[in-house]
Amino acid sequence: MIRAARAILRKDLRLELRTKESVPAMTLFTVVVFVLFHFGLDRNSLDGSLASGVLWVTLLLAAIIGVTRLFAAEREQGGIDALLLAPVDRTALFLAKAAALFLFLVAVEIVALPAFALLLLGPDLLEALPELLAIVLLADLGLAAVGALVSALAVETRARELIVPLLLLPLLVPVLIGAAHATEPLLRGSQRPEDLGRWLGLLSLYDVVFVLLSVAVFDFLLED
Amino acid sequence: MLELDRLERRFGDRVALQGVSVRVEPGRTLAVLGANGAGKTTLLRVLATLLRPHGGQVRVLGAELPREAWKVHGRVGFLGHEPLLYRELTGRENLRYQASLHRLADGRVDEVLAAVAMERRADEPVRDLSRGMVQRLAVARAVLHDPPLLLLDEPRASLDPAAAELLEPLIGRASERTRVLVTHDVEGGLAEADLALGLKRGHQVFAERVDAAQARELYR
Amino acid sequence: MAYARGLKPLAAATAVTMTAALALVFFYAPLDADQGFVQKIFYVHVPMAIVALCGWVAAGVMAIRHLRTGDRSWDVRSYVAIHLSVILGVGVLATGSIWARASWGHWWVWDEPVLVSFLVVFLLYCVYYPLRFSIEDPDRQARYSSVFAIAAGAFVPLNFVAVRLAESFTHPRVLSQTGGDLPGEMRLTFLVSLLAMTLLFVTLWKLELTSKHAEARLKRLRRRLEAREPAAVA
Repeated sequence: MIRAARAILRKDLRLELRTKESVPAMTLFTVVVFVLFHFGLDRNSLDGSLASGVLWVTLLLAAIIGVTRLFAAEREQGGIDALLLAPVDRTALFLAKAAALFLFLVAVEIVALPAFALLLLGPDLLEALPELLAIVLLADLGLAAVGALVSALAVETRARELIVPLLLLPLLVPVLIGAAHATEPLLRGSQRPEDLGRWLGLLSLYDVVFVLLSVAVFDFLLED
Repeated sequence: MLELDRLERRFGDRVALQGVSVRVEPGRTLAVLGANGAGKTTLLRVLATLLRPHGGQVRVLGAELPREAWKVHGRVGFLGHEPLLYRELTGRENLRYQASLHRLADGRVDEVLAAVAMERRADEPVRDLSRGMVQRLAVARAVLHDPPLLLLDEPRASLDPAAAELLEPLIGRASERTRVLVTHDVEGGLAEADLALGLKRGHQVFAERVDAAQARELYR
Repeated sequence: MAYARGLKPLAAATAVTMTAALALVFFYAPLDADQGFVQKIFYVHVPMAIVALCGWVAAGVMAIRHLRTGDRSWDVRSYVAIHLSVILGVGVLATGSIWARASWGHWWVWDEPVLVSFLVVFLLYCVYYPLRFSIEDPDRQARYSSVFAIAAGAFVPLNFVAVRLAESFTHPRVLSQTGGDLPGEMRLTFLVSLLAMTLLFVTLWKLELTSKHAEARLKRLRRRLEAREPAAVA
């Protein structure tokens, strides 16, 4: 099954590299939203909880784009049928899609974080980098698992573009809470992280619950 | 190979198939005829385990559907209306992907590409190919894993006579596989089939050898 | 499926308990020193919230049964539970808002973690309807709804933990006050109110299931009739 998941993932990465549909859009979106926040808040630099909030809300909103498009190729070109006909465990599809979404998010963050530091952040980002990376990776894991699940849930519905954000965002509130609270002290400049363990713990709990749940439940979304 | 006994399939309140019963021996060809919307494609998809039956009994390759559907996976070659190929990938990449899903050796991809005469253009994105070429690649995809059962939905639709002839040994009678063939070509379909199943609005009208005149009644 | 069995005694029990609860709230429970009469909304607001949340989690469990057994009646039970909890949810938010206004002067407060996390959960379950009704095939509709119910049901406790953690920097409010140290009269009134709300929920749940079941049987009979005599079904 891992082998099949890898094959599907490779196919998805190749498709993304060729069509460049999700990652550039998501990245551009985050930068645009940062600019919007500059105008909306009328601030040149942010720190602390404001910076943390702006960063994470923007990333979550950008994730919507990725989630909506996650099964696009399958839906439009009938790829799911070919997968269903093969002797492959359905869970492999979930793992592949979640992994793809995870990688897309990381790719976006590689540009978005420096962009954020350049455009809006007051304190220096580099100091906080190692802890920030831990937070980002844990948050991305939860995002990827829930994103893949929601994407599959919404795949056949007619109002897909509406349902994905409405479904995804409430479900991601714990991730937002954990990530934003964890990041806040890091962006206050020269303050050491408080309670980082507590928030990383929350994120990890969320990740475990939703990865297990999605794996268990995914099969039921593909049969007909 | 195939045993259907009063198969029933609904879509909400609409009955798509009802009372379909037929038996197909290994190596035989079943032609499925009927007007548009009669349920031919639905029948094919049930046999492919893409849809589950709502009533009656279905046995494909010895496996009872839907309970043992997993036993059928990887042993059916499905050629539907959609080529099931990713347009942005090349023919070769598409087939390699399929091959990895079915756990086949890479060499098999080259073999099949040669068989459908697409080696030269296998490295171009599918969206750049003509419909006939895409159809040839779709056939390649369908027989890549050498399945004992073929489910074909108008296989010769976009093919010129030369291409159709080329594909005969793969999906025609000469392939010696069990085949279920959905077609609008009444005479052609009957000519290459051992059995014919006629569908009219989801109901079975006949399941035996018939002549062309009887078959055309379906389209009234 | 004899849904209607036990419905009459259940309804009777509900009526009795609700009357008792109302009596206790108005005549027995003490008047709150600083909040006055409005504080009594607490006896409606909190039980409603608890029952709604339990309803949602129970719906998730029913959804698991549906997926495991393939028996669609479990999905219907799950749907009705979610549906009723959403209606209760509107009540929770409304009473919560009134209470907040009366007690603290604002129509909404972020300090109360239960209310806040309830809002998030409520918004999530509101999406159940568009999701469910945008899928036409009944089998698939049931399956996808169940998947949602399970994910959302698991989300309820997770979300509560998260919000609680976030708000734990402000001093805990009425709920945790009431958690342990409710004075005797308040506690009795609260428990009776909770019981009444639970019974009400279960009665309405059974009632709606009975009606849906009857509808479904009628539909099946019509379909069977139609198959035999297409002209007879006018």
